[in-house]
Amino acid sequence: MNPRRVTIEINGETYEREIEPRLLLSDFIRHEAGLTGTHVGCEHGVCGACTVQLDGEPVRSCLMLAVQAEGHSLRTVEDLAAEDGTLHPLQQAFHECHGLQCGFCTPGFLMSIEPLLAEGRDYDDREIRQALAGNLCRCTGYQNIVKATALAAERMSSRAQAE
Amino acid sequence: MKPPPFDYHDPRSIDEAVALLAECGDEGKALAGGQSLVPLLNFRLAQPAALVDLNRVAELSYLGRRDGRLQIGAMCRQARLELSPVAKEGWPLLGAALALVAHPQIRNRGTVGGSAAHSDPAAELPVALTALDARFKARSVRGDRALSADDFFVTHLTTALEPDELLVEIEVPALPERTGHAFHEYSRRHGDFALGGAAVTYTKGDGDRCSAARIVLLGAADVPLRARDGEQALEGQVMNEELAREAAKVAVRDIEPTGDIHGSGDYRKRLIEAMVRRAVLEAAA
Repeated sequence: MNPRRVTIEINGETYEREIEPRLLLSDFIRHEAGLTGTHVGCEHGVCGACTVQLDGEPVRSCLMLAVQAEGHSLRTVEDLAAEDGTLHPLQQAFHECHGLQCGFCTPGFLMSIEPLLAEGRDYDDREIRQALAGNLCRCTGYQNIVKATALAAERMSSRAQAE
Repeated sequence: MKPPPFDYHDPRSIDEAVALLAECGDEGKALAGGQSLVPLLNFRLAQPAALVDLNRVAELSYLGRRDGRLQIGAMCRQARLELSPVAKEGWPLLGAALALVAHPQIRNRGTVGGSAAHSDPAAELPVALTALDARFKARSVRGDRALSADDFFVTHLTTALEPDELLVEIEVPALPERTGHAFHEYSRRHGDFALGGAAVTYTKGDGDRCSAARIVLLGAADVPLRARDGEQALEGQVMNEELAREAAKVAVRDIEPTGDIHGSGDYRKRLIEAMVRRAVLEAAA
């Protein structure tokens, strides 16, 4: 129950705070670091809205304690767009394909999908649907999210080939 | 939807972890990947006075082959086992089962030992580990012991582990030559808990006759259930559709799955029968 002093790295910045061990990582990100791009839906690992990347791998931030993140590198949706506001190719594809409506689930989708695109290859619908299965969206019906993912994968793989 | 307060310990070694578990007694709980325990804390269905977090015990996260056996440290992440070339080559049933465990985000964090120690009868890993005749190695300040799957899984969410015992390793023996495998389950959506399923290993001997088989049922009882009558129906026989149908029928003869809003007990029984039939055919192919 005793508070602990932790240093947690998010998007290359370090945040030093005194926190209770029971504080969820999702709440640390939002309330301590003030990074409110990460959304909290179900708080029991079902909806995927709070997905962030821990050492490059997507994980549910509502199923981790903040103290567990010390010594690891975290990445949230705020890190996707360039500093000048240029959208990440995945965000751009979501925008063009109408892959979001209310936008609540979107940060989780983006952080789940982004590591796949880094492999620089195309994906078929089945692979995309499996990769997305851990994220719930109540607006879109998923069709446009699948389209957006395929478009982003196509652009990023042709960019990788051009390089 | 926030965890209740608890004393938090993050030991760096197995010795330190078991000492803490001994100290905490009934009030302590080991925290592995947290993909089941943290939701239970958030719902306050679990309110342990102390958590012993194993995530900084580096010596628990190994995975490798030794003397022909697959040794899985309790804190090996599920995603690592799923993608492991060693496991893929010698124990492909594990990868087949893991692909059905929740979602990639969960498997990145969830551990093999955590899933075993959670003992959910609807979970895939305990069923696959039972089919592979795994040994579960536990340690406490009182000493070490190893348990078979039959002894380890006691009932719904309960294993034979004492409060001061830590599951440290799961060891899977080598499969005999000419052993096929299959894992079949049915769930309403990919990644959901299955309504029923079956894992099968099937070894061919002389004249393609079955020399050994293991059939383990998912969602049929309060533990992964070995269908010994179904296994016996296969032994000494050559596989064909008729035999698979007969073995599946015998395998589910005595089970009484619990019904709920997702499906009645009778429906689940017939579903599991179909899963056994398919798995047996695939394993013998």
